[in-house]
Amino acid sequence: MMNVAFDVNGRQVDVQVEPRITLADCLRHDLRLTGTHVGCEHGVCGACTVMVDGAAVRSCLILAVQMQDAKIITVEGISGDDALTPLQAAFRKHFTVQCGFCTPGFLMTAHALLTDEPDASEERIRDVLSGNLCRCTGYIPIIQAVLDARAAYQNQARSAAT
Amino acid sequence: MTALNSYVGQAVERIEDLRLLRGRGQFVDDLHLDGMLHAAILRSAIPHGRILVLDTTAALALPGVVAVITAADVGSPIPTIPLRLAPQIDLVPYEQPVIATGKVRYVGEPIAVVVAESAAIAEDALDLIVVEIGSLPPCVDTGTAITNQSLLFEETGTNLALTYTAVLGDAAGAFAAATTDEFYVRCERLDTQRHTATTMETRGLIGQWDSKKQHLTVYGAAKVPFASRAMLARQIGLPESSIDLIAGDVGGGFGMRGEFYPEDFLIPFAARHVNRPVKWIEDRREHLLTCNHAREFDCEIELLCRRDGTILAVRGNVNGNIGAYIRSNATIAPRNLAQCFSGPYRIPNINIESTMVVTNKTPTGTYRGPGRFEADFFRERMFDIVADDLGIDPVAFRRRNLLTKDEIPAKLATLTPVLSEDHLDSGDYLETLDRCLGEFGWAEKTKLKGRLIGGRYHGVGVGCFVEGGAVGPRENARMVVEGDGSVSVYVGSTMVGQGLETICVQIAADALELPMEQIRIFHGSTTYLHEGFGSFGSRSTVMGGSAIIAAAENLKHNIRTAAALRLNCAAEDIILEAGLATSPDGNVVRWTELPPENLQSAGTYSSNQRTYAYGTHAAHVAVDAKTGHVEVVDYVAVGDVGRVINPKTLHGQVVGAIVQGLGSTFLEHLVYDTEGQLLTGSLADYLLPTATDYPNIRVYDQENYPSPNNPLGAKGAGEGGLIPVGGVIANAIASALGVQPKSLPMSPSRVWELINF
Repeated sequence: MMNVAFDVNGRQVDVQVEPRITLADCLRHDLRLTGTHVGCEHGVCGACTVMVDGAAVRSCLILAVQMQDAKIITVEGISGDDALTPLQAAFRKHFTVQCGFCTPGFLMTAHALLTDEPDASEERIRDVLSGNLCRCTGYIPIIQAVLDARAAYQNQARSAAT
Repeated sequence: MTALNSYVGQAVERIEDLRLLRGRGQFVDDLHLDGMLHAAILRSAIPHGRILVLDTTAALALPGVVAVITAADVGSPIPTIPLRLAPQIDLVPYEQPVIATGKVRYVGEPIAVVVAESAAIAEDALDLIVVEIGSLPPCVDTGTAITNQSLLFEETGTNLALTYTAVLGDAAGAFAAATTDEFYVRCERLDTQRHTATTMETRGLIGQWDSKKQHLTVYGAAKVPFASRAMLARQIGLPESSIDLIAGDVGGGFGMRGEFYPEDFLIPFAARHVNRPVKWIEDRREHLLTCNHAREFDCEIELLCRRDGTILAVRGNVNGNIGAYIRSNATIAPRNLAQCFSGPYRIPNINIESTMVVTNKTPTGTYRGPGRFEADFFRERMFDIVADDLGIDPVAFRRRNLLTKDEIPAKLATLTPVLSEDHLDSGDYLETLDRCLGEFGWAEKTKLKGRLIGGRYHGVGVGCFVEGGAVGPRENARMVVEGDGSVSVYVGSTMVGQGLETICVQIAADALELPMEQIRIFHGSTTYLHEGFGSFGSRSTVMGGSAIIAAAENLKHNIRTAAALRLNCAAEDIILEAGLATSPDGNVVRWTELPPENLQSAGTYSSNQRTYAYGTHAAHVAVDAKTGHVEVVDYVAVGDVGRVINPKTLHGQVVGAIVQGLGSTFLEHLVYDTEGQLLTGSLADYLLPTATDYPNIRVYDQENYPSPNNPLGAKGAGEGGLIPVGGVIANAIASALGVQPKSLPMSPSRVWELINF
């Protein structure tokens, strides 16, 4: 067992884990943050995507013990208590959710993309999201939702700049 | 009474989304029970052989291992998994034992279950189990299996498990009479490849045994919890009332998930065996290796028509590579393929034999549009081959042979054994053909046929389909008015990611004339109702929704009866709205003030009449002559579903199904080597469509011909989007290249071969 301390969704945590435990399993089973989903455990499906120090990362391909002092954001961390965020509301408006299993991964990938690139083109969005698999929707509504959510990130970027 | 509400037909935002978008869903692996152990399963690495040695001593000695379960612990005889629908005595010898005993018949078959303090320790212990298997010659492809030189089940003496026959009219007579030049006969062999649903959430189960109450609770149920409970009860020797199956959020169904698999016995058994909760979560390799595979069929089909393109008869043989055992719904695809081969067309004489052949591959079951995707590929390809040969335009060929509005209801071929007779229920198939051609711009695009533009050949294809839905026999619902005036609705339909909660709340709110916020929906668990049938065969909306309507009518009757007593008027004069009952002279009583026995109801909807949604798809493709890559430049789908409950969830079903169909057509293939080893055991090898692959899809839904078979007028509509895709795309590729594709998938290498050889 090893100790590792990091920040998850603004909360400092200190966990004891086996060195072989992935960040995904640590988040889900040690910290009970079950919004992050595990679909393949080999880095293809993207369902387990979380943000580590601002970058979208597959939490099934990284070990929990590598996370010392990292700042991690999961789907729970981008969700308010009441209203949906603009990104989530766009996902709902465009009916991007069917079974909802891949959804947290898409939200985190899109959130990381639009935070860095609020003006991302449709082609860019499609390209970045092509690393996440969805079996239900055929992706078309997801692309529409992310395009729709750009305005909120653009506003945020503008107000941060002023 | 005027309807205050009209949620049905509106694009109401989904109520499920509020939890799923915030990471608050509850999928089975999200559950943590106190004292819970974890299971891992030792699976056969040999496709066909006899277990000679099985020694679990070293695994048991590993610290953290609590138990290792083998066939010896399960006892004799080992229970088997029966057919869920249309049982057939001849197939009993081919049923899968819940754990291998004596023989193994496919790579992935369970041999032992390790239960340990963590999933990692359980997996470590698998490596310590000593198993020796004496190999027998494997039957991998259908052609090898039908020689019967190596038998999977020695006691039956054959690998040909059963043949279904679909008959309409007199095909033999029609062929025999066609002796002159005015007739035309074409015989072709075509095939579709093994692939499967591949849900994003793998399977998972938690078994919990209460030794004091002798009660078993199983989390992770889906699709058909009541049927699965009945199977488990018989296998494990408990009354059904001592078992509950609980369904939470479910990460995709598509026919695959929720059927009874060996683990559905093994995990509850393990929980009782160790008297602690046991969790098992399938990994992706296990998923690709052990969940029901589908679609591996080949056929030899003979089509007879007049030279003007009028179809007179079809006959032929279909072989399905069914895998190592006949699993719970393995017969559905071979049955559908034979019975529904004619699709929406007028084929007066039919004789199709559909044979299930057992092989040393993963057993098979349903995948969205079972047998129908395959039939449509075979049929629509045959049509274009024949039309091309006769010099008839492919649209004109279909127009000549589509059933007209006046010919519907139309009888399908009769299937035996386990007699099945069915009718196409309602519709105007030419209307959807015309609308599709119009939306697509067929007249213009067809001019591109075969043209080489910028290194790519262009082509267009079209195909028509029907989708059977609303499979019987019945569904149940129950309603309770709660103290706060809300109504709890319990329904036997189950959620598999299709937006069932939203749909059911829309229907219930309209039926009770209450705001949607006042309705709470409960589904998917055996604790809610005495009996439920679940979600398969595109039935949950039609059957569950109709049961909700029946329960709502009964609830309103009960409330009126009680209110009439209270308000001194006739029950039929009571007006119900917004949770109030009002008499003709204006006296009012709240529903919640009435006696509790009148504030509940049950409703059942029974029907064995299937619904048939239908439509036409058209595609424009561009084929790269150098690489064989095919771009779907435009894809248009027009479908009529009788009545639309929620246009956006319906639209999502159709678009999603089309993209799955494009995966089936271009990418997805469960490839085995000649020794029976699966070569595509990861999502890096088994390719699913991604966001960049198929962005150009246009879908038009209509509701011009309600089903006469249910009070909603709705038709099952979850599968139709997938059914015609393979045929339509292959026809477009044929038109681009002037070749005749006869096999799926249309991978770049296969398309390149069509161009170059």
